Amino acid sequence: MKKIEAVIQPFKLEDVKEALKAIGIDGMTITEVRGHGRQKGHKEVYRGQEYNVDLLPKVKLELVIPSTRSDEVVKAITAAARTGKIGDGKIFIYEVGDAVRIRNDDRGDAAL
Amino acid sequence: MKIRLLPLALLPAAAFAQAPATIETKLAALEAATKAAQSAGDNAWMLTSSALVLMMTAPGLALFYGGLVRKKNVLATMMQSFIMMGLITVLWAFVGYSLAFGEGNPFFGDLRYLFLNGVGAEPNGDYAGTIPHQTFMVYQLMFAIITPALITGAFAERMKFSAMLLFMTLWALLVYFPMAHMVWGKGGFLNAYLGGKVPSFDFAGGTVVHITSGVSALVCALYLGKRVGYPGEAIKPHSLVLSFIGAALLWVGWFGFNAGSALGASSLATSAFVATHFAAATAALGWVIAEWMKSGKPSVLGGISGAVAGLVAITPASGFVQPMPAMFIGFAAGVVCYLMCTAVKGMFGYDDSLDAFGVHGAGGTLGAILTGVFATNAVNSALKDAAGNPAPLGLVDGNGGQILNQAIGAGIAWVLAIVGTLVILKVCDLLIGLRVERDHEIQGLDLSMHGEEGYILES
Repeated sequence: MKKIEAVIQPFKLEDVKEALKAIGIDGMTITEVRGHGRQKGHKEVYRGQEYNVDLLPKVKLELVIPSTRSDEVVKAITAAARTGKIGDGKIFIYEVGDAVRIRNDDRGDAAL
Repeated sequence: MKIRLLPLALLPAAAFAQAPATIETKLAALEAATKAAQSAGDNAWMLTSSALVLMMTAPGLALFYGGLVRKKNVLATMMQSFIMMGLITVLWAFVGYSLAFGEGNPFFGDLRYLFLNGVGAEPNGDYAGTIPHQTFMVYQLMFAIITPALITGAFAERMKFSAMLLFMTLWALLVYFPMAHMVWGKGGFLNAYLGGKVPSFDFAGGTVVHITSGVSALVCALYLGKRVGYPGEAIKPHSLVLSFIGAALLWVGWFGFNAGSALGASSLATSAFVATHFAAATAALGWVIAEWMKSGKPSVLGGISGAVAGLVAITPASGFVQPMPAMFIGFAAGVVCYLMCTAVKGMFGYDDSLDAFGVHGAGGTLGAILTGVFATNAVNSALKDAAGNPAPLGLVDGNGGQILNQAIGAGIAWVLAIVGTLVILKVCDLLIGLRVERDHEIQGLDLSMHGEEGYILES
């Protein structure tokens, strides 16, 4: 099993969800987060006082999938979330030890 | 419709029934009916205006200020305005009204209206002859409430609630009531209409309300020092949406503030209403244009701050100036207050958190001086010369000396505000301590002072 953690632009969330649905991925957890990589922030001005906002709003998707589908899922996410501009985000891929479905104690891929 | 016609129709008839009608009794009845009709009209407008001015404090100012602070201080900031509606009201009833409007000496009133003794339905001819004395009293109370609430913008996010209550109590007693008496009270030192030594024009409180509160605000900001972390990345308005709603309510409420200061539903009230609106409009444009040119973007906060600055500046002038000068005063206030809140504040580095001084102190002073330039008896002919003709008012009427009188009025307000506020702050500091503990300030005043949070979105 693999865990895919993707940090994307908030306005790309709908596109990514659609793309994942199209390849049959239904489960995911999303979190509204703030952060930045190489992208620098923007400037805000309140009554002449300047603020450099460098932690920008992003959305983090987490999904755990059978290892065999990893490449396919990553491809779907990158294709849907890409604008080609700096700030599009990153994807991290982890090995997952096990998974348990709380409702009925299913284990491993069956729990996904 | 029926109710309005009844007295006119019935009173002469009643006179017929009792005695053979003479022309005198008919005239007297007619006169009484006319007077009652005017009183009813004036009183309706003045009660409406009173409610409008109260609305300026809460929700108007409370939202305007509440949105400008960080979200951990939103309740505490709104509470500082709201609690004035309780505190100042009690003070006003006990001694405040008497100290402001009792005929005492040129600097403060006597105790004739202590506990509102003698303030009833009968009009007070010195102040407003067509409305119940009680209406005049409660209308003026609304001004006394918003003035200290304006100061809270300067020490937002860092003052103890208890110290603030003591400060405001003393401030009302030592600064506001005397200043209101000097400008509006019978025999007041600056009262142009009721025997003042230095006749100064302040239609709706540019000096009494905005200079005193704005200058006191600056003293508070300097005395208390900067907020922890100021100037820094984390300190910025948490909801300009709240501020926007607040500012829009202030604009509407200000019609009660300025047009109500005509103390009747007269054409003077209309003139003040018009001047008020036109000044707010050009001031919003002035601030936005200045900001657009200087920092590249026309901000919403700039637009609403500009409108408030214009409303402040037109306050003393509103019952004295024509629409075109009102537009000039507004535009000037928009630009000047923008520079005060950005360039000047930046230069000196004081933390007037919500720009109470930059808007009210600067805008009020500008308005007081420009009133001396543009006041004209074409708008307000109440002041008569020795021959009984309307006296020339400002520079445009050929009375350039009025500018000096206006400057003296403003100067007295500055000195009283600086000295009074310093003394009161010192007393409060010794008795209670002004600032919250550093930990409490970082935690936020909502939790540390009031045990609540403004936003609990997961519940």
